[in-house]
Amino acid sequence: MNDTIVAVSTALKEGAISIIRLSGCDAISIVNPLFKEKDLKKLKSHTINYGHIVYNDEIIDEVLVSIMKAPKTYTKEDVIEINTHGSVAVIKKIIEILLMNGCRLAEPGEFTKRAFLNGRIDLTQSEGVMDLIKSESEIERKMAVNELSGKTSTLITILRDKLVDLISNIEVNIDYPEYEDIEVVTIDRIKKEVCDMLNDLRKIVRLSEDGKIIKEGIKTVILGKPNVGKSSILNALLDEEKAIVTNIKGTTRDIVEGSIIVGGIKLNLIDTAGVRKSNDVIEKIGIEKSLSLIDSSELILLVLDGSEELSKEDKFLLEKTKNKKRIIIMNKKDLENKNSYDKNIVKVSAKNKEGIEEIKDRIKELFKVEEILNKNATIFTNVRQISLLKSTIESLEDAKKGAEENKEIDMIEIDLKLAWERLGDIIGANYNEELLDNLFSRFCLGK
Amino acid sequence: MKYDIIVVGAGHAGCEAALASARMNKNTLLITININNIADMPCNPSIGGSAKGIVVREIDALGGEMGRNADKTLLQIKMLNKSKGPAVRSLRSQSDKVTYKKEMLNTLRNTNNLTIKEGIVKDLIIENQKVIGIITESDDAIYCDACILTTGTYLKADILVGDKRKQEGPHGEKRANFLSDNLSKLGFKLLRLKTGTPPRIERSSIDFSLLKKEDGDSEELTFSFDNIAYYDYKKQVPCYLTYTNEKTHKIIMDNLNKSAMYGGFYKQLGTGPRYCPSIEDKIVRFKDKPRHQLFLEPESMYYDDIYLQGFSTSMPYDVQEKMVHSLKGLEHAKILRYAYAIEYDAIDPLQLKASLETKIIENLFTAGQINGTSGYEEAAGQGLLAGINAVLKLDKKAPLILSRSDAYIGVLIDDLVTKGTIEPYRLLTSRAEFRLLLRSDNADLRLSKKGYEIGLLPKERYKKVQDKIKEIEDIESEIKNVTFPKYKCNLAEYLKRPEIKIIDYVSKFSKKYTKEALEQVEINHKYEGYIVKAKKEAEKMHRLGKKQIPDDINYSKVDNLATEARQKLEKIRPRTIDQATRISGVNPSDISILMVYLKRYYNE
Repeated sequence: MNDTIVAVSTALKEGAISIIRLSGCDAISIVNPLFKEKDLKKLKSHTINYGHIVYNDEIIDEVLVSIMKAPKTYTKEDVIEINTHGSVAVIKKIIEILLMNGCRLAEPGEFTKRAFLNGRIDLTQSEGVMDLIKSESEIERKMAVNELSGKTSTLITILRDKLVDLISNIEVNIDYPEYEDIEVVTIDRIKKEVCDMLNDLRKIVRLSEDGKIIKEGIKTVILGKPNVGKSSILNALLDEEKAIVTNIKGTTRDIVEGSIIVGGIKLNLIDTAGVRKSNDVIEKIGIEKSLSLIDSSELILLVLDGSEELSKEDKFLLEKTKNKKRIIIMNKKDLENKNSYDKNIVKVSAKNKEGIEEIKDRIKELFKVEEILNKNATIFTNVRQISLLKSTIESLEDAKKGAEENKEIDMIEIDLKLAWERLGDIIGANYNEELLDNLFSRFCLGK
Repeated sequence: MKYDIIVVGAGHAGCEAALASARMNKNTLLITININNIADMPCNPSIGGSAKGIVVREIDALGGEMGRNADKTLLQIKMLNKSKGPAVRSLRSQSDKVTYKKEMLNTLRNTNNLTIKEGIVKDLIIENQKVIGIITESDDAIYCDACILTTGTYLKADILVGDKRKQEGPHGEKRANFLSDNLSKLGFKLLRLKTGTPPRIERSSIDFSLLKKEDGDSEELTFSFDNIAYYDYKKQVPCYLTYTNEKTHKIIMDNLNKSAMYGGFYKQLGTGPRYCPSIEDKIVRFKDKPRHQLFLEPESMYYDDIYLQGFSTSMPYDVQEKMVHSLKGLEHAKILRYAYAIEYDAIDPLQLKASLETKIIENLFTAGQINGTSGYEEAAGQGLLAGINAVLKLDKKAPLILSRSDAYIGVLIDDLVTKGTIEPYRLLTSRAEFRLLLRSDNADLRLSKKGYEIGLLPKERYKKVQDKIKEIEDIESEIKNVTFPKYKCNLAEYLKRPEIKIIDYVSKFSKKYTKEALEQVEINHKYEGYIVKAKKEAEKMHRLGKKQIPDDINYSKVDNLATEARQKLEKIRPRTIDQATRISGVNPSDISILMVYLKRYYNE
């Protein structure tokens, strides 16, 4: 109970608002650097604060953050609640960021468990909590076994073996410095091995994220200047009236989502506010969000207006999306074509639902849907595992940085050990004895 | 006859225990089989080494004796791992086996409240599960309030050479025949452990001209934080290096069936340490290795023995002769004492509390090899803590328990009482998860306050540490004012660069500071990122460490614990939740269940 836990306390599905809840002694210090507008540490308890969650200079979402300091909280610990805009992708992203910054995912019922342990809930409920703990750990154990069968755990085991070989060699150099016959681990060897491992791990993460795509769908953003027909195209794709479609520029301020299945793969469609210069505060936020979505998207449907020449905004968006997977849609083919841009476009009339199938074909082509579906990939699809993989990568990057700065090897080893522990966390391996066993079986030492 | 505290055995653990007890004003008896063997080094003539050297510094900072005694009796000293980071540097000395004993005996004799007596203890006098005295083999009963057993390898010791098993202790000394059986009758689970020692060679029979010389460091070094150097660093005694070769390996393989270990002459009872294998073990297990490194270490300036480190064996004498003569430089070597293996009884350390008091018998403490460890330093560290805690117990005070982020001694004791051991336990840097905090250079800063507060470290020595702390604070504020406009930073930030040394900037300070204080500041800044990480991890551990488990907890009443976890918890009886998390077989869900139970029944 000395760690900080996080979970979505509303159902993980589309809704107007979702609440991400953190509890634990580091709750405030974990969220603080991510919350752009205010220093949470200085705010009064039990206040609600407007602002943004920002990570690596990218605005993730516009949020309300409630601060509730211990002990007058549900768990009697410091509690933070982040009210977000309900998009599954945004919630997952925020949770992933929180996990990377020191939280761990709450077990089912853990907030209640803490409330109980901290004496907030009546003792008569204790039996129920006991049973809960027991049953959930059983389920967890089974889940872990299923998830980690075969290839995935082999991959991690191979990487851990490589790391433990390196670490135990360094340990022997430290504990038995007088032994001249034992290979001394050099900075160059560390650099090389760490780079190799980083490559492997990055590949696993990439595959896993592909895997996530298969499982969770391709994040598809529909972009364009105002009134170009984005929502109409979305509706045509969704085949239902979901977005508010009007011809008053700037009506779509909320991001509306829906999903379609194209050739067996799911597309999560995200409509955006039209991009233009605006003085309206709320609309500005929407536009900023549209632009920030470009980076996090996996596919962009960029909509141009066939009935007029390319505008400044169009050119801006064409430039901004040139390195992304994108499909350029020339809408309004029912009107007279006045747009001379013709590079690799799909001509569509959203109004008459013409050209929609062509968009779908392009998507299949772009994502080589068949290929992905057939790939028998070794992947992790669980958020916890992926975040552990990512923190392993971080530790290895720290080690690499240490090596590049010519830090002492035993210092670099601190990060190697962290990386090894993180990998061990993924497969639930025990740490210290294993290292000593490796050390004594590989090196010949002693009086 | 009645003493406050009786210490049984006068090796490195016993000496520290007796000195701590007497210095903390308890009327103390130190009883030993042979006064001439007090503070003996029956194996390597060396104090310190990786991790162990840091233990010696810790003993010193708490007010123990080993470091000061080693400083007085050095033949050679060096700082290991100088090319590595500050966390893993550690002192290693060659110590003179004759003067080491002599100086320690002097110190013991000049300590108030301390009586030394010869005798072999055969039994304990127990009343209501509490020790109240000892009985010697000559049937003397001596009474006490607390007793500390530091029996080394003497409990039912057997010496193994070739096909011979002799019932005796190191150097053919008498062994303690009855005590371990009587401990067993009291309910202690015994372990049978084994270790070995290599042959000693006559100095004048070795051709050193063929061997590589290993010198000490060319600067003055001391184990004790406030000692002067007693030696001239220009006149240190060297060690030498030689190697085994194909011929040696062939002799060993051809005679393997004559070795006590491989011959199968009698049932092997003892478990030997993996880190300290015999030469026949090394050759069998590492067949592809063409040679093994051996060190020739001087034992004393007062006799001629050279210790052949790395060549421990249980071969019969004639094979040992052939083996030694196959080595370069030792072709005509004369063996003064043959190598042997030794088997002895120890108690399972899981039967101990973290204070080193036994769980079975109140006021009975154990330290050193009887607890399953190996090494002089490991023994001394435990002896010191057992001595301190026996006094604190009699004074009805809380025990001194060092955490894993306080000291290597804390790591050692926590490992013993939490994980137990199946082989003689040796400290290694890899056992310490917070080794960046447990450095050789900051042992005084970590521990002297504790040593002073329990009344063991004298005030004038503690004052020196306080002065150093003040100096460090002053330097910290000065370095913020030394700026480097070119790099837009001050010296505090500039020090983070690997190549920048604080010593090059002392001219910018308002006064002169000691080397040691400057070093602390440099380390604190140069490794700040790593230190912060380590402290954060340690903090996590401490939060759980504050959650105490009551002594009287009945694990059979804690529903839903996994069977293995229940058995382990029952056996080890951890004192905090933090300690419980380190027990193998106790899973996170068991910890949750335990915490719920504690909440419910103890409203903790």
